[in-house]
Amino acid sequence: MKSGTIGLYVHIPFCLRKCLYCDFPSYAQKGHLMDEYLKALKVEADQVKCKIAGRRIKTIFLGGGTPTLYHEKELVQLLDYFKQSYLICDEAEITTEANPETLNPQKLKVLREAGINRISIGMQAGQDKHLKTLGRIHSVVDVERGVDWARRAGFGNINLDLMFGLPNQSVDEWIESLDKAVKMGVEHISAYALILEEGTPLYELVDQGDLQSPPEDMEREMYHTGVHFLKSQGYNHYEISNFAKPGKECKHNLLYWQNNEYIGLGSGAHSYLHGNRWSNYANICKYIDRISKYGNGIEQSEEISLPTQRFETVMMGLRLNSGVSKEMFKERFGHGLEYYYGDIIENLKEKGMLIEADTSIYLTTKGMDLQNSVLLHFME
Amino acid sequence: MSDARQDKIRNFCIIAHIDHGKSTLADRILEIAGVLTERDMEKQVLDDMDLERERGITIKSKAVRLTYKDKDGEEYILNLIDTPGHVDFAYEVSRSLAACEGAILVVDASQGIEAQTLANVYLALEHDLEIVPVINKIDLPSARPDWVKKEIEDVIGLVAEDAPLISAKNGIGIEAVVEKIISSIPAPAGDEDVPLKALIFDSFYDNYKGVIAYIRIKEGKLKVGDKIKMMATGKEFEVTDVGVFKPFLTSVPELKAGEVGYVAASIKNVRDTRVGDTITHADNPAKDPLPGYRKVNPMVYCGVYPADGAKYEELREALHKLQINDASLSFEAETSVALGFGFRCGFLGLLHMDIVQERLEREYDLDLVTTAPSVIYKVVMDDGIELDISNPTNLPDPAEIDYMEEPVVNAQIMAPTEYVGAIMELCQERRGTYKDMEYMEETRVLITYELPLNEIIYDFFDALKSRTRGYASFDYELIGYQQSDLVKLDILLNGEVVDALSLIVHKDKAYTRGRGIAEKLKELIPRQMFEIPIQAAIGNKIIARETIKALRKDVLAKCYGGDISRKRKLLEKQKEGKKRMRQVGSVEVPQEAFMSVLKFD
Repeated sequence: MKSGTIGLYVHIPFCLRKCLYCDFPSYAQKGHLMDEYLKALKVEADQVKCKIAGRRIKTIFLGGGTPTLYHEKELVQLLDYFKQSYLICDEAEITTEANPETLNPQKLKVLREAGINRISIGMQAGQDKHLKTLGRIHSVVDVERGVDWARRAGFGNINLDLMFGLPNQSVDEWIESLDKAVKMGVEHISAYALILEEGTPLYELVDQGDLQSPPEDMEREMYHTGVHFLKSQGYNHYEISNFAKPGKECKHNLLYWQNNEYIGLGSGAHSYLHGNRWSNYANICKYIDRISKYGNGIEQSEEISLPTQRFETVMMGLRLNSGVSKEMFKERFGHGLEYYYGDIIENLKEKGMLIEADTSIYLTTKGMDLQNSVLLHFME
Repeated sequence: MSDARQDKIRNFCIIAHIDHGKSTLADRILEIAGVLTERDMEKQVLDDMDLERERGITIKSKAVRLTYKDKDGEEYILNLIDTPGHVDFAYEVSRSLAACEGAILVVDASQGIEAQTLANVYLALEHDLEIVPVINKIDLPSARPDWVKKEIEDVIGLVAEDAPLISAKNGIGIEAVVEKIISSIPAPAGDEDVPLKALIFDSFYDNYKGVIAYIRIKEGKLKVGDKIKMMATGKEFEVTDVGVFKPFLTSVPELKAGEVGYVAASIKNVRDTRVGDTITHADNPAKDPLPGYRKVNPMVYCGVYPADGAKYEELREALHKLQINDASLSFEAETSVALGFGFRCGFLGLLHMDIVQERLEREYDLDLVTTAPSVIYKVVMDDGIELDISNPTNLPDPAEIDYMEEPVVNAQIMAPTEYVGAIMELCQERRGTYKDMEYMEETRVLITYELPLNEIIYDFFDALKSRTRGYASFDYELIGYQQSDLVKLDILLNGEVVDALSLIVHKDKAYTRGRGIAEKLKELIPRQMFEIPIQAAIGNKIIARETIKALRKDVLAKCYGGDISRKRKLLEKQKEGKKRMRQVGSVEVPQEAFMSVLKFD
C-alpha cells in the first residue's frame, strides 16, 4: 500500500451563504480571508510533500464550501502549484465542487482547460420551493444552465448532488427531481437522505414543529423508488447514495470507500496515511495561524490499529454495492475476511443482511438500510 | 437482685418512624457524652455504610457505650443500641429491643405518629420496655408539640406531659433526654452468679478476629479463655476477646450481667452467631436459652445474573463475601435460558434486596441483570407432595397441581382521612381483605388490610405514596399462607418463552398483567432488524399481544474521508449502548426489562 497511488482532497471553506441544513466546516462572510487562505494552502502543500514523496496522486478533489467561489485564475494557479509540487497521474480524476450561483461559461472553460475533468454541482432539489426551504440561493433553472455551460466547456463527467427526505417533500416530487437531473444528461448522481444535524437552523425548525419531516416509511419509499428509477435510466447504483453511468463512478470517493490513503489540505481536512488519520483545525483563522507558525494545521491525530483498520475497511467497503473484495482484504491484512469475521458473516447471511460471493461480501437491500446495525456485529 | 454496679447502667435504644430524626439524636447523645470529636460529627457515626446514609435508614444495628455524669455528678454507663428502621429487618429489631430495658420514642413535632412509630411502639411494649417519648424538630415552624403530646397520650396511651421537646439537629434539649433516660429507664437486674446467658443481637466479620458478636449479658459473666456454646446451633468456641464499644472495640477483662459488649472467639462465619441465639458456657450451661430466637428465612427471591456472562465466578465470590456479614442473604446457583448462569437470591424484603444489589454493583463493580422479585409459593401436588417455589419457571405442570398457597401479610396504613377512599381502592385492587379501620383522631385513620405479599413486593409503597400525595405511612408483617387461585404467566418474545420474564399471578389479574407487561416491553425493547411479536400466555393460551415493528433505517447517507473516524466513533457509541442489552434468542432486551415486568400503576 505504501507505494500505491493516493488521493488529494483540498477543502475550500467559503460559501456565499450557509445553507440551513449544513453542518460542514464552511462559512459565509469570510471572503476577506480567501487570499490568505490560498497562501496557507500552498504552504501546507509544500509541507506535506515529504510525507508523500514518491507517491502518485490519482485523484484530486476540490471540495467545500464552494471552491468555485474563487476566481478561475486563482483556482488554476492552485492547481498548477499542485502539479509542480506533486507527481500527478496523467489520467488523474480532478473534481471540483460547485454551486450554480458561482458558475459562468468563462470560468468553466478556464477550469476545464486547466485540467479539471469532473464537476459536481449542488442541485439538491428539483423544485424552487424546496431550494428555498433549504436556504439555497439558486433556482432549478440556474442548475440547468450551469450543467449546459459545463457541457459546452467540455466537461464529460458531471455530477449532481440531490437530497430526499426534505421537509414536506412528496415521493412524487423526489422522483421529479431525479427525473430533471437525468434529463440534464449528467453522468453521475448523488442522492442523499437529508440528515438533520443538531444545531443547524433546519433542525431547529423541524424540532419546533414549524416544518415536518416525512415519516420514516415514506423516506424509505423515496430511497427505494429513487434507486429503482435511476437504475431504469441506466445508472449503476454503486454506493448507498451514489449512481453513475458505466465507468463514471467517482474515483476519489471510491478511494475512501475502499479505505485507501489520502492527503487532505485546508481547514477541517482529514488525511489518512501509514495507518494514521489526522485532521486540521476547522476554524479558518486558526488554520491559517497554525500554518504560518508551524507549517501544519493539525488539530488531532490518531493511530489506527490494525483491528480498527480491518473494521474500517469493512465499514466503508460495505457501503459499496460491490462490497468488500476478498482478495484486496487478504492482501492488505494477511488473512481473509473469513479468518477474522467468519462467524459474523455466517450469522448475517442467515439473517438475510449480507451475501457472500466468490470474490466479495456485500449487503442485501435490507442490509443496506440497516447498515449501522450490521456493522455493529463486526466490532470487537 | 439489683446491685450498685448495675444501678449505674442503662441499656436503651431509639425508635422512630423513618426521617423523624433517630440517627441525629443518637449522634447528639454521643456528642454530649464526649464520645466524639467535632470532626467525627461530620458523619452520623451509627450509620457507617454509604448506602444507609443515602437512604436515610439504618440497616444493621450497632451499639455504643457512653459514660455520662448526671447533674448530681454520678457517673453512668449508657449503652445505646441502634436498631434497623425498616420492616425488612423486623426480627433484628426485636432482638435489639430484647437487649434493652427501655426505648426513646422519637416523634416528629409536625408529623406526629406514623405507621412505623406505632409498629415500633408495639414491638417495644412486647419486650416490656420502658418507653420515653421525645418530641423532635420543635424548631420547625410547622411544629405542633402540644398536639403531638396529646396524640401520643390518646393513641399510644403513654404519658407525654413532660416529654422533652428537642431539636436533635440544632442540639436543643439533648441533656434533658439523657437525664430522662437515667431517671425513667430501669437499670438492668440480672444475676451475675448464675450460668451465662448472653443474647446475640448482631454480628459482623472482622478480618483479624473473625466474627465479632454483639451481645447483651442477661445473666452470668464472660471472659477470655471461656469455652462458650451457641445454644441454638450447638457450636462451641473458645473466647479470644471480650470488650465494649467506645465506639471502637475496646477490650475489657470481663463482661458481667447487665452489660452490653462484644465477644470474639475465632468464629469463621456469621451463620454461627445467629441473631437471637443465646451464648452460654460449654461446661456450665444455662438450662434454657433466652426466649424469642428464630431462624430468619428470606421472604423475597429474585434471579441475579452477571450482565457479562464471564463474570459469573466474580459474582459468586462477591455473594460469598457479602454473606459472611449478612446471614440473612441466601443464594444458590441457577440457570436461565435467557440469562445464562446466575443465582437465585433470597432476601428479607425488597429493601434488603435493593441494598444487596447495590452493594454488588458498587463495591464489587458488577453489572447485574435482575429478574422481577418473587415470593415463595407453596404448591401441593395431586400426589400430596408439597413444594416451595421461589422461581416461577420451576412451577410444575398445572395439571398435576392440587392447589397453591401464597404468603399473606397484615398491613397497616396510616393516613389523613381524605385518602381513605384512595387507599381502600388500592388495597382492593391488590386483592386485599379489609380488616379494620380506626380513627387515631378526627383527621387520621389507621387502616388494616390483609394483603398477599406478591401484591406488595414491588411497587405497592410507591403506588400508595402517589395516591396519598406522600401522606400515608405503611408497615406490614407476614402472617402466614392462604390458598389462592394462581397461574404462571409466560412472556414470549419472537414466539419463544423467556423464562426470566415468567411470573406467578392471581388468575383474575393475569389478563391485565399480561397486557401491561406486553405494553411495557414494547416501550423498553428498541426496534431491531426484524419485527418482534411480544405475547403473554397462560399455558398455551395467548392472552395479550404487541408487536415491535422492524427497524427500517439505520444508515448514514453520507460518508466521506473526513467522516471515517467520526462514523466509527458513532458506531462505537452505539455498540456501548448495546452492552446494556441481553441477547435473548434473536432479540436484544435491555437489562432493566427483566425487572420492569412488575412495574405498573
